[in-house]
Amino acid sequence: MATTTPQQPRYAVPRPRRGSGLTSWADRHIKWLFTAPAIVFVAALIVFPIAYTVFLSFTDSASSVTRPFEFVGFENYARWLGDGERFWPAVARTAYFTVTALVIELGLGLAIALLLRKAFRGQSIVRVFILLPLVATPVAVGMMWLLIFEPSIGFANVLMKSLGLPPQLWLSGTDTALNTIIFIDVWQWTPMVVLILLAGLSTLPEEPDEAARVDGANAWQRFRHITLPLLMPTLGAAAILRAIDAMKTFDIIYATKGRTGGSNNEAETLNMLAYNESFGNSQYGSAAALLMLFLMFIVIILTALTILRSKGNRV
Amino acid sequence: MITRSRRSRRLAVAAPLVLALTAGMAACSSDSGDSGEVSSLTVIAANSPWTEGLKSLASAYKEETGITVNLEFYGNEQLNDTLKVKLNAQSSDFDVYGYQVQDVMREFSRNGWLADMSDYVTSDADWDWNDFQQSARDAVTLDGTVYGVPVMTERHIMYYRADLLDAAGIAVPTTLDELADAAAQLNDPANGFYGIAMRGAKVPLVTQFSSFLYSYGGDFQDEDGNATVDTPEAKAAYAFYGGLLKDYGPPGATNMGWPEASAIFAQGNAAFYLDADSQAYTFLDPASSAVVDTVAYGAFPAGPEGSHPYSIVPQTVGINEFSKKKDAAWDFIKWVTNEENSKALLADETVPSARDSVWADDTATAGFPQGLVDIVRNSEGTVGHDRPQLEQVALAREIVGAPAITAIEGGDVDSIADKANTDFQKLIDGEK
Repeated sequence: MATTTPQQPRYAVPRPRRGSGLTSWADRHIKWLFTAPAIVFVAALIVFPIAYTVFLSFTDSASSVTRPFEFVGFENYARWLGDGERFWPAVARTAYFTVTALVIELGLGLAIALLLRKAFRGQSIVRVFILLPLVATPVAVGMMWLLIFEPSIGFANVLMKSLGLPPQLWLSGTDTALNTIIFIDVWQWTPMVVLILLAGLSTLPEEPDEAARVDGANAWQRFRHITLPLLMPTLGAAAILRAIDAMKTFDIIYATKGRTGGSNNEAETLNMLAYNESFGNSQYGSAAALLMLFLMFIVIILTALTILRSKGNRV
Repeated sequence: MITRSRRSRRLAVAAPLVLALTAGMAACSSDSGDSGEVSSLTVIAANSPWTEGLKSLASAYKEETGITVNLEFYGNEQLNDTLKVKLNAQSSDFDVYGYQVQDVMREFSRNGWLADMSDYVTSDADWDWNDFQQSARDAVTLDGTVYGVPVMTERHIMYYRADLLDAAGIAVPTTLDELADAAAQLNDPANGFYGIAMRGAKVPLVTQFSSFLYSYGGDFQDEDGNATVDTPEAKAAYAFYGGLLKDYGPPGATNMGWPEASAIFAQGNAAFYLDADSQAYTFLDPASSAVVDTVAYGAFPAGPEGSHPYSIVPQTVGINEFSKKKDAAWDFIKWVTNEENSKALLADETVPSARDSVWADDTATAGFPQGLVDIVRNSEGTVGHDRPQLEQVALAREIVGAPAITAIEGGDVDSIADKANTDFQKLIDGEK
């Protein structure tokens, strides 16, 4: 049996022009080359830290991350979830703080935005004035209110006395500290809600409102059945933005109540607890687990909010 | 189809981008330290009178040696955060750092973050390591290894309003019971005036509570390092400390660290203030104090077991183990802590030195309030620590501070002290 092995014809198929090796390699991988900077950026700044946190959360790493440590599985998670002394109260405080601050800020923000919507004399000055708290540094804001709310030499109690009201402990009181911090948060962040809602209001069409007016709807009816539904998407966006920020609030609590969130931990939210666990106590493994739990909470709540919002949009 | 020329153009844009990125990352990872000629050093430390003095000394050092000393100062907690982040990353971008020995020396030295300075400190007889107070040298030594040079000392003292005591005909208290009586007499909350101001926040108060604890005959731990905050002495000390603030202290005391408590005294709203002597300067500055002419200093009053205030080293300088300029760092530390500069710091910036020779020099101590100098020179009965001694100090302070909070709020101190002792012991056992 004589089969002839096919000879490679020297000239029949023109070989693709190579150019230099780098150029051709780049040609073939052009899509990776162009996305490479973005991929490297995301990997270095987002994926790696999160992956490392997940990794740490399963270890008993403490004091220095270069010290030897052991894998402890879900022990850190179990310990937090079974901790009724610090963890669950911190969860409750975080939820209370977020919900209360959010409701007040949205309500107040909506009211102010509706008032500012109509043109009036000095409108621009009022707008600038209302936005001032937004530009202040949170730590400076915390220090300022700490002085104002100082029970014996602060301005707040001087005002209370001059109004004939009993002085309060404000930030210093175990029962009043968290509510006072909510007040500070409302003071600082309502302007942002106003800003977002004003932008939303300015894009609303005039026609439905005019039509309702012709049909004899009063101001409340027009607000309730026309402005509010049309504004819902904006309100939802503002709510999500503020909810994320409020859950993560750190600076004003740290500036007014210190590392442990007060002597009875009365203002210790999840973020404060995680900070104390890592930077105060150097328990990196357990702090990482706490942060992962916190992240899960945020994801769950945001998913719920997003679902609610998309339902709201469909109606 | 993309034509070749367009491809080349794309490549022309992409290739430099990728190159720049790789180059950038390479630059980040390469070591910029140079062990040869040293032209600059970086010092990071917590704000204190010492760091104030360092600002002028650094420029003098530049003139003398040509070495630029970069200074980065932080608040106490921010410094600890910064150090932990940088040292966990084994950063060599700073050479000398100030730290609080009792807070971090155990932890940092075991992590290998502090250079061993034992040979350095004994290398120069003229500089004279033995001139430093024995207690200060002990404070920076752990298991026979020296990890730093003490640059400040600090004692617990009693600040009081001489004018008010005179007017009321009250003698300067020498015992804690007399202190309580005097505070009771001068307390006038209806007019916004209080008998005493002290730290009342859980973590900050621990160090100031310590002298009360010692003077009652207790301590945080026994000789074997076991927890002893449930002893009758400790419980009595907690009750007394908390009682003072509950009965004669300002409202909201549990939210007060030293800045808040000293502000009450500086505003002229309290008769007594017990805290570290290094804060004297805050009451002597007319810009922030209403008591410049009326503040006076007394030794820590005696408890049932005598007067045993803490006398500690609040500021120490050490060398970063990851620094590439350790010898140059030591040269700077040696220069800045020599006798001449220590005297200048005491005279100009009222930095309480750890050198005996400085306190013996009347010219150097001239700028320091005389009442204070006498207290410093008489160190009898003082205790060299003001907080629990273990690695996890921050956590321990939270635990042993809790019974004091209960006492300030008028709760059941005994049961909380028992619980604190159990938790504290658990923490100690965990480190064994």
